[in-house]
Amino acid sequence: MADTAVASGHVEHHAGDHHGPQGMLRYIWSTDHKMIAMQYLFTGMAMAVIGGYMAYVFRMQLAFPGITVPGFGQVSPGEYNALVTNHGSIMIFWVAMPVLIAAFGNFLIPLMIGADDMVFPRINRLSYQIFLASAVLLLASLFVQGGGFGGAWTSYPPLSAVGEYNQTSLGSSMWLGAVALEFVAFLLGGINFITTLMNARAPGMRAYDIPLVCWMIVIASILFMLSVGPLIAGAAMLLFDQVLGTGFYDPARGGDPVLWQHLFWFFGHPEVYVVLLPAIGVTIEIVATFARKKVFGYKAMLFTTVATGVLSFFVWAHHQFIAGIDPRMANVFMVTTLLISVPIAELLFVIIATLYGGSIRLATPMLWALAFIAEFLIGGVTGIFLGASGADIYFHDTYFVLAHFHYTFFPIAIIGTFAAFTYWFPKMFGKMMNDTLGKIHFWGTIIPFNFIFIPLFVLGIGGQHRRIYNYQHFPDLAGPGMYRLRELATIALLVMLAFQLVFFYNCIMSWWKGKAAGRNPWQANTLEWTTESPPPHGNWPEGLPNVYRGPYEYGHPDHDEDYWPQNQPT
Amino acid sequence: MIEQLSTYAADIDNVIILIAVLTGFWFFAAEGMLFWLIWRFRGKAGVNSEYLEGHEHHVHRWISWPHRIILVCDVIIIFFAVRVWYDVKQQLPEADSTIRVIGQQWAWTFQHPGPDNELDTPDDIFTVDDLHVEVDRVYHFRLESRDVLHSFSVPVFRIKQDAIPGRAITGWFEATGTGDYDVQCAEICGIGHGVMAARIHIEDSEQHQAWIAASSAAQ
Repeated sequence: MADTAVASGHVEHHAGDHHGPQGMLRYIWSTDHKMIAMQYLFTGMAMAVIGGYMAYVFRMQLAFPGITVPGFGQVSPGEYNALVTNHGSIMIFWVAMPVLIAAFGNFLIPLMIGADDMVFPRINRLSYQIFLASAVLLLASLFVQGGGFGGAWTSYPPLSAVGEYNQTSLGSSMWLGAVALEFVAFLLGGINFITTLMNARAPGMRAYDIPLVCWMIVIASILFMLSVGPLIAGAAMLLFDQVLGTGFYDPARGGDPVLWQHLFWFFGHPEVYVVLLPAIGVTIEIVATFARKKVFGYKAMLFTTVATGVLSFFVWAHHQFIAGIDPRMANVFMVTTLLISVPIAELLFVIIATLYGGSIRLATPMLWALAFIAEFLIGGVTGIFLGASGADIYFHDTYFVLAHFHYTFFPIAIIGTFAAFTYWFPKMFGKMMNDTLGKIHFWGTIIPFNFIFIPLFVLGIGGQHRRIYNYQHFPDLAGPGMYRLRELATIALLVMLAFQLVFFYNCIMSWWKGKAAGRNPWQANTLEWTTESPPPHGNWPEGLPNVYRGPYEYGHPDHDEDYWPQNQPT
Repeated sequence: MIEQLSTYAADIDNVIILIAVLTGFWFFAAEGMLFWLIWRFRGKAGVNSEYLEGHEHHVHRWISWPHRIILVCDVIIIFFAVRVWYDVKQQLPEADSTIRVIGQQWAWTFQHPGPDNELDTPDDIFTVDDLHVEVDRVYHFRLESRDVLHSFSVPVFRIKQDAIPGRAITGWFEATGTGDYDVQCAEICGIGHGVMAARIHIEDSEQHQAWIAASSAAQ
């Protein structure tokens, strides 16, 4: 496949469908990939606001125990558990995945490969509708009798399986149902991404001419589809335990609670890479454009990603070193876990090396992309402490773990999203964002972010465990020094949340009054920049593009300009 | 780092320090390289970027060599981590005494062997949320749960082990200093998880015998 030009597989729109539903109906029934991308984007952003609000409430409780939190009230232990559980669930399943994979995957894949839509537009629409239903179900679960599920996003049985133990029997089942529906939505979306990338590329676009972000989203979709099956089986058993009273996870009836942990983490670890890869893809696109550089080693990047994906299926039990598995197994899983540091380091080094010899412009999207690398490195190196079994005995389930994975997920889901959003905003809305406000928002997010989580690393090293709503019950953890650190983290969170208002203001003002963007404001090479901003239904009214070269031909010696769009004939 | 009060606490901390040194080196090298490149190749009017494919040897070696060194660092970390893991979790030394630790929503029950130093005899001493041990003695603990998952964590010992209903998991520790410290439940176990606090009282031989005598008399 690599070296043969792929025949055009453009989707034929039915005559009556060409303009799609009109008026408000198009917000519900549109099959246009860009409209679905916007729906995913705005739903994901709304969920991010809710997830951020939850973080605000429980961080206030942790820093100032017993306080009446403005906008919430006093936090009971049950509410605290429900808040941390749903904060985690929302940020991973209803923010990181819909925004990075579904929203940008839907928006970018057809535009970057020169197709007029997804291959299965109606499945695409169904995917969003199921996703929306899952979000509504999750939010509803917070308001039912007994309150929302509070057994952590990992949902370990027997706590999650038995109503008498978790005291939220309805909330637990609704949480589980919502997660299962979300998986269905992403399976449908994933089918579309993979098929579209394989079959609907512009004439002339060979495998190695595909922009890396498209590859990354598709590889992420494949990882998701391969890993989610066991978890869906596990979730069905958990639902039976909850609702029908079966005993799949009940040792008294021959079940085993640790089985769930294996099924969950067999999915849960690849899931980290499912959201990481799109963020790396976004970063590499932006770094290439703003450094005016060809990506350093396209194939190295692609094959390293595949290797990372394969390895990620063999590391899951590093989450369970002290969970009661055979201690000899820890040695095996530590080796695979530490090995994965090699391809991940390669991905980051390739991005850093792309800067070499460049001509770097520090526009807002580039700041976000560089911040992704700088911050994700912290998440990467702190992971080694947890992957090393001997050190994990101490760090397991402490705030060190929490700070570590926030240094991976925050760069992925927040920094990566802002990078993508500010980079493609001109294409999505046809207007330029205000760069000064963008930079204020950037520094107002990045600086407080570090002040939230570095204190939490220190608290973790000090032996503070997770998911405890009030540390005053633990004399060794109730000292004034530890409270200063908790207060520092909470205040930094408040500052960071306040700076998000700048972002929303900038979005609205730029969309309303911003400078017109034109087709290619960043002078980039990939195909989405060759059509109007925003692209109309069908993407290229003048006819779909042909592709003559790879996506990163910046500064080519045989060309006068420092960029060379993919669709320009030689 | 908090106090080291078990025989293996220093070993675990040394692994942590080793990893901190190795990853710290890579972290500062990578961040330094990143910021240097951003500064060195900042856009200037009239200066175009270089066209590099990525397989030129003089540039590629900047990636291939770090790779090999990272692999060596991984092997070093694996070696030391396995050694500590083996000592703490796999190879249990002969026990001087055995205790039973039972987690339930939301308290810890501790079964001490009593004056005869035998577990499961009538003179056993049961306490709730207070564990009494003697310094410089090897203890085995049998960890059980009556309902959901819990996790027995003593930060000053650096030990942690999940408790699973239906199983008895054995671990060990030997305290090297006296004092009263937190025992935490490290696995979320329901709405009372945040109050599932216990204390460990590490006593010298004299104090411990006195506690056994007083507790036995009370029973």
